[in-house]
Amino acid sequence: MDKIRGKVWRFGDHVDTDQIIPAERLVAENLGCMDRFIFEKVRPELAGAIGDGDIILAGKNFGCGSSREHAPRSLIQAGVSCIVAESFARIFFRNSLNVGLLLVECKVDAAEGDELEVDVSGGEVRNLSSHKTFQFPPYPEFIRDLVAKGGLMAKIKEEQR
Amino acid sequence: MNRPKTIAEKILSQKSGVDAYAGQIVEAEVDYVMVNDVTGPIAFREFEKLGMEAERDRIVLIPDHYVPNKDIASAEQAKEMRDFARRHDIRNYFEVGRTGVCHQLMIDEGFAAPGRLIIGADSHTCTYGGLGAFSTGVGSTEAAAAFATGRLWFKVPESIKVELHGAFRPHVGGKDLIIRIITDIGVDGATYKAFEFCGPGVANVPVADRLTIANMAIEAGGKAGIFPCDHLTVEHIKDTVKGDYQPVSADDGAEYCQVLRYDLSQLEPMVAFPHLPENGRLVKDADVVIDQAWLGSCTNGRIEDMRIAAAVIKGRQVHPGVRFLVVPASPRVFRQMLEEGLMQVFMDAGAYISGPTCGACLGGHMGILAKGERCVSSTNRNFIGRMGHKESEVYLAGPAVVAASAVAGRIVRPEDL
Repeated sequence: MDKIRGKVWRFGDHVDTDQIIPAERLVAENLGCMDRFIFEKVRPELAGAIGDGDIILAGKNFGCGSSREHAPRSLIQAGVSCIVAESFARIFFRNSLNVGLLLVECKVDAAEGDELEVDVSGGEVRNLSSHKTFQFPPYPEFIRDLVAKGGLMAKIKEEQR
Repeated sequence: MNRPKTIAEKILSQKSGVDAYAGQIVEAEVDYVMVNDVTGPIAFREFEKLGMEAERDRIVLIPDHYVPNKDIASAEQAKEMRDFARRHDIRNYFEVGRTGVCHQLMIDEGFAAPGRLIIGADSHTCTYGGLGAFSTGVGSTEAAAAFATGRLWFKVPESIKVELHGAFRPHVGGKDLIIRIITDIGVDGATYKAFEFCGPGVANVPVADRLTIANMAIEAGGKAGIFPCDHLTVEHIKDTVKGDYQPVSADDGAEYCQVLRYDLSQLEPMVAFPHLPENGRLVKDADVVIDQAWLGSCTNGRIEDMRIAAAVIKGRQVHPGVRFLVVPASPRVFRQMLEEGLMQVFMDAGAYISGPTCGACLGGHMGILAKGERCVSSTNRNFIGRMGHKESEVYLAGPAVVAASAVAGRIVRPEDL
């Protein structure tokens, strides 16, 4: 899990959670099959095309808008391994930590279809198609610890013991 | 030690027992944790996996997004919340008839109050900053954690000081100010930060407008939008607030990462064009024909908003090409509208009035847009497909502009009628 390789799906700035999964899909009966609905209003072809381990590459403020935790969960269900973006919206960031979706805050130059390698502990994103590299700083210690423990619920369970 | 603090730093210090400043991560005790029918089910599953006792007096369960049940799937979902409340003996569950848009209900039922720390699995939980609370949106898993422990971790945010001067002109209000601010700083202009409002103009901003402004702090990426507590706040909550509360004010000399200044008297009616709240323009420069006008939501579904809209539409008729939907945000607002004769005003004008629900604000039900349709809406988001078809359009504005536009059939100011 330290190094992740995947194909890039390119997005712009301010991708909101309504785009990731629309509100009308947010009913409990869909919780197990949310991958079917990702980006259905903006890029309907994506749900079937995203492969296991693929990487979403975006600009600023990825995941803005609603607090729906369905957004990172649906991307995990679709097989997305990691999201690399210039910046993330706050609630989406926290939700992703808790459900185990890897987020990397880094400005990366890559085209759709490029192959990226994300070296989490090395703090580097490598574009294997263009051979460019990009550095990112590590998370603060508290957050590294939270992720290492497996998210908030795992941390609470551990503290209960 | 004891360096001066912002309101955010003070509340998070008090609730964590740590002398905390911007950038620090603290674990703090929350006064209330709220979930709605959409975010609840994930929280219920996560909480029950823990096998812990519920912190039942802190938990507030409010069905609002898809109730009254829209279809079978939402009926099952609403039932999950009802069953969870029974299973864990949670008193603060609000059944249809007593429920409303969660943030308005949190105020009407007296959970929101100055100095409190409140989290909710709904991004607009920041609304209660209008009363001087530190309140913020979280995910379902975080809400579940607080169900079990009554606590959550917070990174103490830096604060942007927003200094207000002057007073609003007629037909201008909180919605116009917050659209102006978001347009100025962008939809990520306050990411990870809190707004703190201050200055002599605050006293001229009615509490309902403060709630509208705080509500949309999230649309600039903000974690909170906090007003100081003053006599208007105390007056606003005195009949409804539960328990004691401790107002918190900022210290002189507290550190802010940015200062913004606004003269309220210089503001004009604003409208945010699709598909981001930062696309604010002056209403007088807009030339947009509409199919629907929607008045309601946690942003502008309060009695004050209903009065403003009713005053504009009284004696006039909704344009034949427009559906005007009026959705009071809570039973209390609904009842006040009845008592004040506002229902009569809206019905005489040809508006449709419904009971409280989030409904069409998020594209749920009760007013979904068809392909190519345009809606001027008193809500908070105009994202792609937010209220329906991906090729429909949402224009965000305040209650006076929504009502005037319903009459004109295009987006206008009341003075243009």
